[in-house]
Amino acid sequence: MSSKRPKSKEARKIKGKDKKKENNFPTADEGASEPDHPDYIFPLVLTSATQELFGCRADEDLTGENPYKLLKKEDIVQDMKTRASVSDFSPVKQLVLDYPEDELLLVFDRDFTYGQSFYLVLTVEAKHNILKPSVQGDDEEQITHEEEEEEEEDMIIPKTPESHPWMSLGSEQEIEEESVTASRPRLRYKISPLLRRCGAPVCFSDRGALDGKEGFVECPSYQDKSFSIRAMERHTAVQASSDTKHSSTQTLWKYPRNTWTQYESREFSLEEKEHHLRSENMKNFITSVLTRFEISLQQNHIADVFCDDWTALCEDEGALMGKTETTLKEYQSFMDLYFSKEKTISHIRWHPTISGVIAVSMTERLSLEERIDNSAKLLLNPSYILFWNFTDPINPQLQLECPDDVLCFQFCPSDPNIIAGGCMNGQVVLWDISAHVEKLQDTRSGGKNMSNNLDRNSVTPVVRYCAVSGIEIGHKAPITDIQWLPETFELSKLGIPVENPSRVCVQLVTCAPDCCVLFWDLRPPRAVSQSLTDVKQKSQEKPLENPHGVPNTFKHLNLTWKPFIRVSLPKIGSSGEYSPLKFSLRDNTVDCPTGDKPPQSVDREEGCGFAQLRVPSAKQQKPLENISTKLYVGTEDGELVYTDWRIEKDNDSGRLLSSKPIHRLLVHDTLVNTVSRSPFFRDILLTVSSFSFSIWKEGVTSGPLLRSSCSKMLRTTGHWSLSRPAVFFIGKEDGSIEVWDLLQTSHEPSQIQNISSAAVTCISTSSISSKQHLLAVSDRLGTLHILQIPWTLRRSSNSERQIVKKYFEKEEERLEYFQKRQIQHEKEKKEMEAEQQRKKTEPVMSLKQEEELEAEALKEYEQFLALEKVILRNMGLLSETEDRADL
Amino acid sequence: MAEVEDTLKRIQSINGVIGTIVVNAEGIPIRSTLDNSTSVQYAGLLHQLTMKARGTVRDIDPQNDLSFLRIRSKKHEIMVSTGGL
Repeated sequence: MSSKRPKSKEARKIKGKDKKKENNFPTADEGASEPDHPDYIFPLVLTSATQELFGCRADEDLTGENPYKLLKKEDIVQDMKTRASVSDFSPVKQLVLDYPEDELLLVFDRDFTYGQSFYLVLTVEAKHNILKPSVQGDDEEQITHEEEEEEEEDMIIPKTPESHPWMSLGSEQEIEEESVTASRPRLRYKISPLLRRCGAPVCFSDRGALDGKEGFVECPSYQDKSFSIRAMERHTAVQASSDTKHSSTQTLWKYPRNTWTQYESREFSLEEKEHHLRSENMKNFITSVLTRFEISLQQNHIADVFCDDWTALCEDEGALMGKTETTLKEYQSFMDLYFSKEKTISHIRWHPTISGVIAVSMTERLSLEERIDNSAKLLLNPSYILFWNFTDPINPQLQLECPDDVLCFQFCPSDPNIIAGGCMNGQVVLWDISAHVEKLQDTRSGGKNMSNNLDRNSVTPVVRYCAVSGIEIGHKAPITDIQWLPETFELSKLGIPVENPSRVCVQLVTCAPDCCVLFWDLRPPRAVSQSLTDVKQKSQEKPLENPHGVPNTFKHLNLTWKPFIRVSLPKIGSSGEYSPLKFSLRDNTVDCPTGDKPPQSVDREEGCGFAQLRVPSAKQQKPLENISTKLYVGTEDGELVYTDWRIEKDNDSGRLLSSKPIHRLLVHDTLVNTVSRSPFFRDILLTVSSFSFSIWKEGVTSGPLLRSSCSKMLRTTGHWSLSRPAVFFIGKEDGSIEVWDLLQTSHEPSQIQNISSAAVTCISTSSISSKQHLLAVSDRLGTLHILQIPWTLRRSSNSERQIVKKYFEKEEERLEYFQKRQIQHEKEKKEMEAEQQRKKTEPVMSLKQEEELEAEALKEYEQFLALEKVILRNMGLLSETEDRADL
Repeated sequence: MAEVEDTLKRIQSINGVIGTIVVNAEGIPIRSTLDNSTSVQYAGLLHQLTMKARGTVRDIDPQNDLSFLRIRSKKHEIMVSTGGL
């Protein structure tokens, strides 16, 4: 072992030496495979016993961080002596003995770098070198060895490199191969021409390159196919462009909020206002500004600044030079072949709400004697009222059956479905056409469908009357005029107008030549209501179906209807009574007197059931004050009677008597056939009688405002124009219409136009639209003519009303003047007579009279002087001293 | 103060005058015969118009100044006088 060890060590040494000697081609491989350790390192294996003995146990005393242990040489020698060959240190016995110092370094070789777990450092130098560096894990070697070995460990300590002799690694062989060396001596040749040629005369000549082909050698370029370059050409365009950049921005949609501000105008407090008013500035300002204001205000007063002269100018012009048509144009005429045979139309009424519908009453065209003669035949011929519609000129739309010839009828103003008519026999008749109203309205709009018309041919619905008054208790003469009282008031038993809570027309007025004017009420009379049980029974009973499908509106009145007021017209100043033919009420449209009950015209139910309305008790009724209870009555004798309809209680007899008429005027020669009020002026009346007509003003009792001259042709009827206050129409017996325009000529009609061949019986106007005003004229032959009123007659200028009013006022003044003059005339006449009488009785007193005259003249003169003085003094022209001097 | 009152009363009593308003330079009514809201409304509107009119007059001729402004409408006439306050 011990011998082996050194061998191995030496073997290694030798190898190393061999290596050194053969230092031509050392390979790295060989170096790496050998466990290389320097000479001074001796790997050792120490048994655990040895380890314990020396205190160098592996991993306990000597660790990786602290692998160094100094061992005493003596200890090692001792160990070797004690254990001789068994000791671990035996192989290094000699080396240890040779070691100069006392302490040997034992290094724990954890990583087995030298092959064993421990190694002993044999030289002092190495020991120092190892111990000095503290960081290192493996040793540094100071190689005194000749060899230079490749170390894989890093050299931390920088050392100046020592120069070593170059060691060949085989590169010189390559260089030697490449280098060119002379391998043989260089050959030298000398060439010279023959001697005989040297020195001989020579002749040189030129020869061009192009002579002969041997002169030159061409090497043109050719396309070598083996070698070709394809030039790639590209058409490219280059343009400089600016950088574009897309960017966007967005406003932030903040949460919307409602905000509001409120401002108040600035105002001064009271103190500030006072302060301002008191300031000097204010005073100056006001005084300086005042004059301007006064000038301006004065200007305004002088000339009316708000009058537009231009428009005012054009209106008057237009009226004169307007459209040339002035005649009434025939628009349509209605004549029924079946119904109108031998009949005449007595009254025309336009339907108040449905435009284009007109109702006419047909009566027999017979005089009184003929009637009496043919009375039996007449009973078989029923009379009726026809409804015509413009869309159908051949067939009447509706037919109202009447008990007898109806001389006049009216639509109820509050409910156009109720029609009241006055008959020849003195009965008042009521119709209710609510069932057929739709038909009237439908045909108006849908009547253009001809096929429908043909289907309904000859089927004109007949409506029977709802109620008639009792024959004995009504009029005893044919009713000549009938009118509704407006819905704003109703009359109590005594004729006092009271408030009408139901806002429905409930009362009628009729007049007949039997000398009375009757007032009728549509509601069931109070007396009946006392027997409430009866009434309730009646209402609870199943309503009897009237024959002919008549509605039950006025069932309570039928045949038992009687007037509640009877106004008789006793003559003034004589006995007897006036026999009225026509009457006219003052148009009393009253606004709602009590504030708490607004007019409920909209809420009125259809057919509110007159049966349910009750005559209110006299106590509940509130008398209205603004209503005039007077009416004008035109009589058979041509008088115009102005009377009051209120009934007075006669204290003596306890009977209810009507008061005497207020006044009466005899104007006309024959019966008055029309009394109508002007639609523009409430107190202007037109009365027409056969030969003349008059215009009256209510309240003016001295005479008519205008009286026409007697005409040759009888005047049958008259009617005011609805659109122009100065125009009215008169119908004549020869079938012509006179148009009177008071503004143009008041002594003759402005126009006469012939309409038909028979006498005109009635005229009525209606305005369908603002562009179309129609005049309905009926004649004695039973034809109804509808005429269009031309523009001149329907368009009124703004000032026309005022002009007409002024005209009437002027006439009134004239009448007054006449009256005054008359009175004065009479007075003068009396005086003249008295004077004449006096003259007769005293002719001698002339002298005395002269003296008296002179005295009188002197007195007068003195009076004059005094007066003069007073005046002069007042004027300030006479000073006081002068005055005294005169006195 | 009394004179001012008298003068204002005099103007107001002239036939045809509906109301009078006295306004300071800023358009705030000082004295008025109409009710408050109407005065404030008239004062505000007329103040603006008067300023505009005065500006117009002075633009045309800087030496000039507005003295009186009359506005005639269909129904009424409004007269405004500036006192150079």
